[in-house]
Amino acid sequence: MTQLEIKREAVRKPFNRRRKACPFSGPNAPKIDYKDTKLLARYTSERGKIVPSRISAVSAKKQRELATAIKRSRFLALMPYVIA
Amino acid sequence: MRLYESVLIARQDITTAQVETMADEFAEIITSAGGSIRKREYWGLRALAYRIKKNRKGHYVMFNLETGPEALKEYERIMGLNEDILRFLNIRIEEVEEGPSIMMQVRTERPTRGGRDDRDSGDQNPGKAESNDSVAAEKSED
Repeated sequence: MTQLEIKREAVRKPFNRRRKACPFSGPNAPKIDYKDTKLLARYTSERGKIVPSRISAVSAKKQRELATAIKRSRFLALMPYVIA
Repeated sequence: MRLYESVLIARQDITTAQVETMADEFAEIITSAGGSIRKREYWGLRALAYRIKKNRKGHYVMFNLETGPEALKEYERIMGLNEDILRFLNIRIEEVEEGPSIMMQVRTERPTRGGRDDRDSGDQNPGKAESNDSVAAEKSED
């Protein structure tokens, strides 16, 4: 839901938008762990794809970390590769 | 000596006791080679996200190991030969996590569902509130 809102905002008001902070940076940020499927599920689409960082506002460094975590999680069948 | 985290998935048809004895055998490979088991967790019989070798469920066991590369290689070889093991993943870690892993915490916290709501509101509130405002403003313009 929030992703859609951000997208629409970007189209309509390209200059007024404040840059959203990375959810994994700063104090009390959650640790990226392949075992934490609840957290990882928030960064995958309904079909199970990894959400691009330009939508989720995750920093490049953390996005790489997140991608490996999701892939590990998929390999161990904790998360699906595709939701048909 | 390095720290590793190892997760293995065993077939659903075998009993919990069998899983435990199997896990003991694997642990023995590491300890006999001079390594040590720092942590051991049994996550229980979990539903798999997709079928692996016709199985829909699997027993998950996690180890935190401190061992050298040779013992780990042997450990992986033995696991690969074992037909009751559907899959395993060994990764290097920098440090052993304090206390039980998230998998064990989720199990106990499930009735309350407190952890997730806290996290949602904690780190996303400022951004969310702002974006909602601007969306509402746009809507009124239409």
